[in-house]
Amino acid sequence: MNATIQKPLTAEAAANGAPILEMRGISQVFPGVRALDGVSIALYPGQVTALIGENGAGKSTLVKILTGIYRPTEGEILIDGKPVRFATAQGAVDHGVTAIHQETVLFDELTVAENIFLGHAPRGRFGRIDWGQMKARAADLLASLEAPIDPDIRLKDLSIAQRHLVAIARALSIEARIVIMDEPTAALSRKEIDDLFRIVENLKASGKAVLFISHKFDEVYEIAENFVVFRDGRSVGAGRLKETPQDAIVRLMVGRDVKDAFPKIAVTPGAPVLEVKRYTHPTEFRDISFTLHKGEILGVYGLIGAGRSELAQALFGITRPSGGSLALEGRDVTIASPRDAIAAGIVYVPEERGRHGLALPMPIYQNMTLPSLARTSRQGFLRASEEFALARTYAERLDLRAAALSVPVGTLSGGNQQKVVIGKWLATKPKVIILDEPTKGIDIGSKAAVHGFISELAAEGLSIIMISSELPEVLGMADRVMVMKEGLMAGLFDRDGLTPETLVRAATGNA
Amino acid sequence: MARFLKRRETLLFLIIALMVAGFATRAAGFASPDNLGRIFNDTAILIILALAQMVVILTKAIDLSVAANLAFTGMAIAMVNAAFPAVPLPVLVLAAIAIGAALGAINGFLVWRLEIPPIVVTLGTLTIYRGMAFVLSGGAWVNAHQMTPTFLDVPRSVVLGLPVLSWCAIAVVVFIAALLRYSPFGRAAYAAGGNPVAAVYAGINVGRTRYLAFVLSGALAGLSSYLWVSRYAVAYVDIANGFELDSVAACVIGGVAIAGGVGTVVGTVLGALFLGVIKNALPVIGISPFTQMAISGSVIILAVLFNARRERTRGRIILRDRAAAPRSQELAA
Amino acid sequence: MTQTIPDAQAHGSTATRRAIPDRLGTPIARILRRWEVLLFGVAVVIFIANALASPYFLNIWNLSDATFNFTEKALIAFAMALLVISGEIDLSVAAIIALASTAMGAAAQAGFGTAALLAIGLSVGLGCGLVNGLLVSAMKLPSIVVTIGTMSLYRGISYIVLGDKAYGNYPDSFAFFGQGYVLGPISFELMLFAGFAILFAILLHATNFGRQVFVIGNNDFAARFSGIPVERVKFILFLLTGLMSGIAAICLTSRLGSTRPSIAQGWELEVVTMVVLGGVSILGGAGTIGGVVIAAFVMGLVTFGLGLLNVPGIVMSIFIGLLLIVTIALPIVAGRIKAMSRQ
Repeated sequence: MNATIQKPLTAEAAANGAPILEMRGISQVFPGVRALDGVSIALYPGQVTALIGENGAGKSTLVKILTGIYRPTEGEILIDGKPVRFATAQGAVDHGVTAIHQETVLFDELTVAENIFLGHAPRGRFGRIDWGQMKARAADLLASLEAPIDPDIRLKDLSIAQRHLVAIARALSIEARIVIMDEPTAALSRKEIDDLFRIVENLKASGKAVLFISHKFDEVYEIAENFVVFRDGRSVGAGRLKETPQDAIVRLMVGRDVKDAFPKIAVTPGAPVLEVKRYTHPTEFRDISFTLHKGEILGVYGLIGAGRSELAQALFGITRPSGGSLALEGRDVTIASPRDAIAAGIVYVPEERGRHGLALPMPIYQNMTLPSLARTSRQGFLRASEEFALARTYAERLDLRAAALSVPVGTLSGGNQQKVVIGKWLATKPKVIILDEPTKGIDIGSKAAVHGFISELAAEGLSIIMISSELPEVLGMADRVMVMKEGLMAGLFDRDGLTPETLVRAATGNA
Repeated sequence: MARFLKRRETLLFLIIALMVAGFATRAAGFASPDNLGRIFNDTAILIILALAQMVVILTKAIDLSVAANLAFTGMAIAMVNAAFPAVPLPVLVLAAIAIGAALGAINGFLVWRLEIPPIVVTLGTLTIYRGMAFVLSGGAWVNAHQMTPTFLDVPRSVVLGLPVLSWCAIAVVVFIAALLRYSPFGRAAYAAGGNPVAAVYAGINVGRTRYLAFVLSGALAGLSSYLWVSRYAVAYVDIANGFELDSVAACVIGGVAIAGGVGTVVGTVLGALFLGVIKNALPVIGISPFTQMAISGSVIILAVLFNARRERTRGRIILRDRAAAPRSQELAA
Repeated sequence: MTQTIPDAQAHGSTATRRAIPDRLGTPIARILRRWEVLLFGVAVVIFIANALASPYFLNIWNLSDATFNFTEKALIAFAMALLVISGEIDLSVAAIIALASTAMGAAAQAGFGTAALLAIGLSVGLGCGLVNGLLVSAMKLPSIVVTIGTMSLYRGISYIVLGDKAYGNYPDSFAFFGQGYVLGPISFELMLFAGFAILFAILLHATNFGRQVFVIGNNDFAARFSGIPVERVKFILFLLTGLMSGIAAICLTSRLGSTRPSIAQGWELEVVTMVVLGGVSILGGAGTIGGVVIAAFVMGLVTFGLGLLNVPGIVMSIFIGLLLIVTIALPIVAGRIKAMSRQ
């Protein structure tokens, strides 16, 4: 396989003409982590190159290097054959590189026009910012995207999808030759994806090179000519998509044949545990109703920004609903705070582990015992031995890999951090556990372990709500799947005979 | 129109107008143009320092050392004026701005390069700068008779119906307004404070923006130091003690968000005038000047309460019909 | 570790796993790496320098006198440490002293006895803390601006009451709290300092409450997402800081024997400096009471030493300001150098 790794780049060069941008032997080293290890990639004018890889393969690190946020430890970047260095984000823009990011990182308090042009606003005399021209050009750009958004409005008044369009307009506002699209379709409906692809075709026609990052293979095959596959920070393959079947790419991506990765234990769901009726939030979701049974895994699928996490956080008492009701094991409950939820037996493993789930600088055992302090302490006084015992129990049960229970959680890998979060909640003996993207950013080995574990928990009678954007995970793990779209329920499906197409159609509203 | 009425600036302006009208019923002549001019002149230095503070707060920082900077720089140029009366005034004023900017640059450097939280840096430099004013002067005062007539008279001389001091404030207001609206630095200040992470992606050097804000704040404190020493015709270690809080108060009252990224020049100027009107009204309506501190404090708290109510986070807007409706006819135009 | 957690047993898995130790390294190695050890070294150096610089330093009564330089501030610093660890700050502490002292002065003027004065001092402190706490935790306002506001408000009330006058007629028995000695050269204030140091160390390091304070400071979200009543904890911390300021007000008023509205001016800065010097992270989430105790001694020794050398108070404040910035900058600079040499 090694021979196919390095060769294609030069072979391609012959077939495609000279690349606009080339990265050679790029490594990025952080304290303790080699995020990228000698990767090479080439982008050609008028062509789309798909960058494929699992979470944590190094894709976003590469994007950060290309956009001037990180400076690579080793290797060189060439534009038109000449070596360049991006000292800052502005440096990358100056060299004609622009990016549409995964998360729409924009400015709530500034207007749409300024969000599009911040950092490269049109200038008038004496170098002053020309607001009139800025608004006019913003309106033009938005019109070309068929996005009916007023350029004068503040960003905070837009919906998630509208913000995404503003982010795309921003990327296109730069006279760039190289356009990076980092999961640009994650929050878009089918119609918006079609619009985006039309824009990409236009970019190609005007000779721009596009780096398209996605893990949706249908999109990749639809829009891209070339591919590069990353695994564990290395480029493990590259070539033309036309000549490469999908399973070959998957093999490169995962590093082995993927068979049944989902050890779902067949469970007959029992009595209803959680009944949600017409749950409604002022701005985030409306009229959500479902019943979760004992031992059931309910998958929740949808696009980014469909309101899934928001629903979960309302069920867990982080936010308050404006309407609807909850019943737990037949009794009506009101959940006004996470304390209420934990007391009732509903717990939540958040999507952003580092930001919402863990105190990263604190030791593993202290994170684990956090919601169970009442049990490990005596009259409000800590008992370290009890804490270590409780932490050890769940660490062992989850096969946690750590040097010691007193090391900071922040030093663990993503998968092991996730085990700490799950362990911390299992220690409270919940009835319902809500898992929000439980395998996001976790390497493939730990993923299977997490899946196996989720399955075991359900088999033991725990009721699980599993929010996931990964179709195989949803299809492989869930007994039933609820689909959400723009804050509304777009369907509730049984496992039997459920196809990916059905879910995607419901989630993106493709009639 | 409804939007205009809902704006903080309009509301604040109406409150100030009401206050002036109210005080006028108690003390005849309070609302006379002459007296209003006097109040504006009296508030000129606060306006300048409040704008300096606002630029720093916009970038998600705070400068508690402005008043200490003013004290040190004021002492320095007063001593130069007393010792070398021949040094022309423009040189002194430029020196004041330069010294102020240098002290501001020290704050900015510590915040930018060493990434020490701005509040810690400026709490530290606040004592250091004032202590330096003592070291410089040995605790002595520079009194009016030691200063040259030009040094004392220029800010008082009336041009086009207003004292030069007032014109200085007006010039600073126009300068800062233009800087924030039309310069890349101004927009970077809003972006760096509003969303520092996104600002980096937009090619903005957040640390450098903050550094420049501190330099600007220091320069304006330097300018104010001359105006202050000349206006009160005395320099000593404790001048403008606690004035940094007034500058923060003016910002908060004017609707500047302490978390950064939100604030307008008009709001801040009105915030300063609000405090100026109260300060000038107290003696007129027979209330002890000792109440001023408590009133400032209460007003800061009320203003923060008010700001917070306005800015309660609403979370992400997901339901399509809850997002602002586009105005398609304007787009078509 | 013989206790069992029943549900966990039921889930027992069959796979053999390698055991994870509770902790790494020896206890001594862990202790030697701490900030407190470094700080203690600094204290020793300053102590020796003082002893060499002034012949009056090594006198037990002089040393006892020196403790008054920091005991009152340290009382507030203990509570402030918890507040800063939780990610908040209270800049109104010195103003609380002024208000509490003014209230006690007014009561003394009206002929109230020592017991009543104590009650008044404590309740004014608590009341001010209550207001701060309500504004920050119930109204969810940023503590830095709120306490800048209440700082003006509290001291402003003192100015309204006192103007340029002063209260002085405190009962004789009231003098004990700031001037009394318990045992030989050990003053009442020093006893109080030691007692509260132990109490706060236990509260922060040995209770569920203390654990929650650390978690809130490290990750407010994660704390909320773990069911910790974040607002209630912060509210209690503001109450506690107010109460400790009230106690400091009693000591200071008793020691000075008079109250002016400018009493304890600028102390908020010194208290924050003490806390940060003691190794408490100004960004929250880390710190120890032990560190604050040593920092109190360091600051007291510096002030006392400079005082013996006839350095005026305002110049000392330069040292305090420098101390604050340098102690925060040093670890950062050292970290940078370490990171650079590693590459």
